[in-house]
Amino acid sequence: MITSFIFKALDRRAIWVVGALVTLAAAVPACNLLLPANSPLHISNFAITLMGKYLTYALLALALDLVWGYCGILSLGHGAFFALGGYAMGMYLMRQIGSRGVYGDPVLPDFMVFLNWQELPWFWLGFDQFWFAAIMIVLVPGTLAFVFGWFAFRSRVTGVYLSIITQAMTYALLLAFFRNEMGFGGNNGLTDFKDILGHAIQSDTTRAALFAASALSLAVAFLICSGIVRSKFGKVLIAVRDAETRSRFFGFRVENVKLFVFVVSAMMAGVAGALYVPQVGIINPGEFAPANSIEVVIWTAVGGRGTLIGPITGAVLVNAGKSVFTAAFPEYWLFALGALFVAVTLFLPKGIVGAIMAAKTRLSRPPRTSTTNAAPEAAE
Amino acid sequence: MTKAAHGSILYLDGVSVSFDGFKAINNLSLILEPGEMRAIIGPNGAGKTTMMDIITGKTRPDCGDVIFDGEIDLTCHDETDIASLGVGRKFQKPTVFESHTVWDNLELALNRDRGIFATLFHTPTGQDHEQITKILETTRMVHKSQELAANLSHGQKQWLEIGMLLAQEPKLLLVDEPVAGMTDAETVETARLLREIAKDRSVVVVEHDMGFVRDLNVKVTVLAEGSVLAEGSLDHVSSNQSVIENYLGR
Amino acid sequence: MSYIYRLLAALLLVPLLLTSAGAQTELRDLVNALSGGKLSARAAQIEAIAATGNVHAVPVLRALQDGTLYFRKSDKQIFLTKKSGKDFVLSDPLTLETIATEPRKAFTKVRVNNALRRQIASIIGTMTLHSDDPQARIAAANSIRKTGEAANLPTLNDAIKAEKDGAVLAAMELARAAIILKTDATVDEKVDAIERIRTAGGTSAIPLLRTLAKGSDATLSKAADAAIAEIEQAKALWNIGQTVWYGVSLGSVLLLAAIGLAVTFGVMGVINMAHGEMVMLGAYTTFVVQELIRNNYPGLFDYSLALALPMAFLVSGACGFAMERGIIRFLYGRPLETLLATWGVSLILQQTIRTIFGSTNKEVGNPSWMSGAYEFGGLTLTANRMWIVVFAMVVFSALFIVLKRTGFGLQMRAVTQNRKMASSMGIRTPWVDALTFALGSGIAGIAGVALSQIANVSPNLGQSYIIDSFMVVVFGGVGNLWGTLVGALSLGIANKFLEPYAGAVLAKILILVFIILFIQKRPRGLFALKGRAVEA
Repeated sequence: MITSFIFKALDRRAIWVVGALVTLAAAVPACNLLLPANSPLHISNFAITLMGKYLTYALLALALDLVWGYCGILSLGHGAFFALGGYAMGMYLMRQIGSRGVYGDPVLPDFMVFLNWQELPWFWLGFDQFWFAAIMIVLVPGTLAFVFGWFAFRSRVTGVYLSIITQAMTYALLLAFFRNEMGFGGNNGLTDFKDILGHAIQSDTTRAALFAASALSLAVAFLICSGIVRSKFGKVLIAVRDAETRSRFFGFRVENVKLFVFVVSAMMAGVAGALYVPQVGIINPGEFAPANSIEVVIWTAVGGRGTLIGPITGAVLVNAGKSVFTAAFPEYWLFALGALFVAVTLFLPKGIVGAIMAAKTRLSRPPRTSTTNAAPEAAE
Repeated sequence: MTKAAHGSILYLDGVSVSFDGFKAINNLSLILEPGEMRAIIGPNGAGKTTMMDIITGKTRPDCGDVIFDGEIDLTCHDETDIASLGVGRKFQKPTVFESHTVWDNLELALNRDRGIFATLFHTPTGQDHEQITKILETTRMVHKSQELAANLSHGQKQWLEIGMLLAQEPKLLLVDEPVAGMTDAETVETARLLREIAKDRSVVVVEHDMGFVRDLNVKVTVLAEGSVLAEGSLDHVSSNQSVIENYLGR
Repeated sequence: MSYIYRLLAALLLVPLLLTSAGAQTELRDLVNALSGGKLSARAAQIEAIAATGNVHAVPVLRALQDGTLYFRKSDKQIFLTKKSGKDFVLSDPLTLETIATEPRKAFTKVRVNNALRRQIASIIGTMTLHSDDPQARIAAANSIRKTGEAANLPTLNDAIKAEKDGAVLAAMELARAAIILKTDATVDEKVDAIERIRTAGGTSAIPLLRTLAKGSDATLSKAADAAIAEIEQAKALWNIGQTVWYGVSLGSVLLLAAIGLAVTFGVMGVINMAHGEMVMLGAYTTFVVQELIRNNYPGLFDYSLALALPMAFLVSGACGFAMERGIIRFLYGRPLETLLATWGVSLILQQTIRTIFGSTNKEVGNPSWMSGAYEFGGLTLTANRMWIVVFAMVVFSALFIVLKRTGFGLQMRAVTQNRKMASSMGIRTPWVDALTFALGSGIAGIAGVALSQIANVSPNLGQSYIIDSFMVVVFGGVGNLWGTLVGALSLGIANKFLEPYAGAVLAKILILVFIILFIQKRPRGLFALKGRAVEA
């Protein structure tokens, strides 16, 4: 059963992607650590962190694509799951600071000492253990997605209504996390991390390891997504996306289908957030901003939703573009991003990867032939 | 439940539903025997589609009994449950999964475990293969099996949908205007398919096309303003004075 | 405060100045007498001034009380003084005219002690009890009540008999009752006094009643307790009223922000994420119009908003029109794509405004008629909030009339309900779409004019309203204007009622969570259409 799932997941194209990611996970850290700084192939510390960040974004975009591209649920609140995963990781990192904080309290993080808190709130307990934090990284976003989806999908909130309430969800969380009383560092969030799993977070090897972890997580997530969309369940997802009522009348529990994929996606987003935080060194409520979540949507749209390579391509391309743009013409980045939103929806609805695949399909069979294997491309 | 429902495949008694004060269905009663095929005709707004919505769980009636297979109260189940119980429905507008191939459409419709994990770890069996092939033959779509459903013609989509309903193996099949917008040749083909289906299940057909209804040669129920106006053979109902006033005469 | 009293007194004096010259001379002598004599003699001197009953004495007494009454050492002349560096600005104590500026060291203060100050307060009170200005009479009654001088009782009784104004009478009754409670009047009289305080409903009397409630007399303390309870209950009711008002005011802001969205989203089904930016454009238009007026025709400043309204409508409307023609019309039937494209537009608009005007807040002035506040019973209504409530209702009604009573509204509804049919009836549907969108955007622009009066005008103005606006429309029920009205007001009021318990941020979070849950229960909002058609 499971073997057939994995077997199906590893089709020809997926093997390429997974292989590329694994190579990346090994080669980039090697270029960073082993090559001398003057070698043309040397990758700087700055670059490796930046690339690691892009990969976590790619993972987030992939997660969004699973629900949007394959199941038609446009979530404008995926940033919330990302941020929750990030906070779970941030809490672990805060506890690792120990007595090295400014106030030197062995248990309480600095901001709690500053706010005159006497003891650690119950929801911070256990975060000094990595395994506990690791569970929370998937469990907290998963639970939120489950509760939210349970209500939303059961009462058949669909389309733009769902998009709007997902946005309201992340907005509510944004407001909540800004409050000092919540116990997550308020406005400033969590920062000044020192160690992760006993290694200094700023050290070269840790950075390289975090990059490798991001690439491998993306590879694993890609495999999982590939397995899902290539299984019969994946066909059900697309059926629900294209004709929800019809699938209901064929006896599919649409709400459960959506709920499952929404929770899986939220967990993946949580992992992405958890990998993002140690690489950028901070997590604050700004990550919950509705604008962030919408930006994820545009990465996915640019790359091509409804494909698995698309969101990864899109996330990397748009963010690389953002890095270049904000350095060269900071004034114009929002113009460019805004124009990207408009242009992609108007002229490139299938995204880059979708457009390439459509072109390839057209080229590969000029006259209409009724051979097999030509059709299911759009669903990959 | 009601004794009277015993032995019937579908039993509607005193069903009413209103939308914002407008009575779409008004004290509707209908009994369908197992294996029976029934044609339902009526003017626009007579409540035909609403009646189907009620039977398939899309709309909850304000009052009345809707009983399936002699004992199952359909009013306390939703669409998914009702579909799993063995009620199939064909929409007025052909609705198939356009981004899937014909083959995948049929595979999805097959009467198998539709749970999340069952579908996630599903491996196609020889039986699946055999059944799909058989349906492709019945619907004469073998050569189209790898075509995307989106690329089918209107009539082909109708047949694919009927094929999917066959794959679903329902005990009761509700068909809403199957020949609307079809060419004559397609209409004949559709009538053939429907009769094929009706061999081993109960069918309710809603149709405007009188010629088609006559072709089917089954008992007819006339609906008007949400309730039954007349029932019997087509000749019987078409001689009924109020039917002529309400429907045929126009 | 004393400045205002003085001003009031001065106003009252003007007509009298010309007539009673003889009384004036007598008073001046008495006033100048203040420069001599011991402190012990002062009470008698003040009494003598009061005995003239001449209201011109009030400023002198007031100055005496405040310690700004000085006499010149050289000639023992009395002056009202105002400090100015090392000098005094001198004014005549009776005519109040400014006379001269002289060094401070040439003067000596007319000294008083606390006992004298109390005496003066009650004298001023009784003297202004017969003033022509009701506000002055109320102030007099209040000052008498505060001093609680039993000697003022007869004067007060006379004043009560003559008084016709309800509000003044209440204040006087309160003062009288307060004095009675302090004297050794009979229990019955005191209970009667408490009763009067209770009906007058003065919260300021509560401390007095509290001491009585703790007193030994059972009848009195019981009556006082009852009175306290009733006054506090009344106060609580007024507080609820005030909260409702704040809620209505917030609701009107929400309504203004959401009403344009009710057209574009509710009627056309188009998700316009740039709606907030249309509001922002309206606010910036107001800013530009005000700047132009300030620089060129400063006299017209009070009319700046009236001029900004049509401009804002045109600017945002034109922008909406361009958006519909350029982008949205290609995306009909693809709501999620529309959402993304309009978000892109919103980013571009924000950045454009930021590039032109900078990212800091812009100062948009309130015209004079929008500043100030009104008292209504126990309610305080600020003028700008009140005008915004009125304005929101006017915009709502106007839109309602446009939709229901005009040919354009009819065409719009026809296109919404059945595009093909409308088109075959000869309605130019693309034109109607574009105009509908322009209308919704234009209304957002108008909302921007109003919001510029209470919110920070910055490029982020729109962002802060967009989610709230969507919540209002979705909560009220899409495609239903009444729903938007009820939705906006009820969310506004609910928010304000939650705020005291939860704090502003938590209240907002709770409202958001409530709406998220509400949509689960009623996916189509408060006033949903039912039936087969909406399912399609």
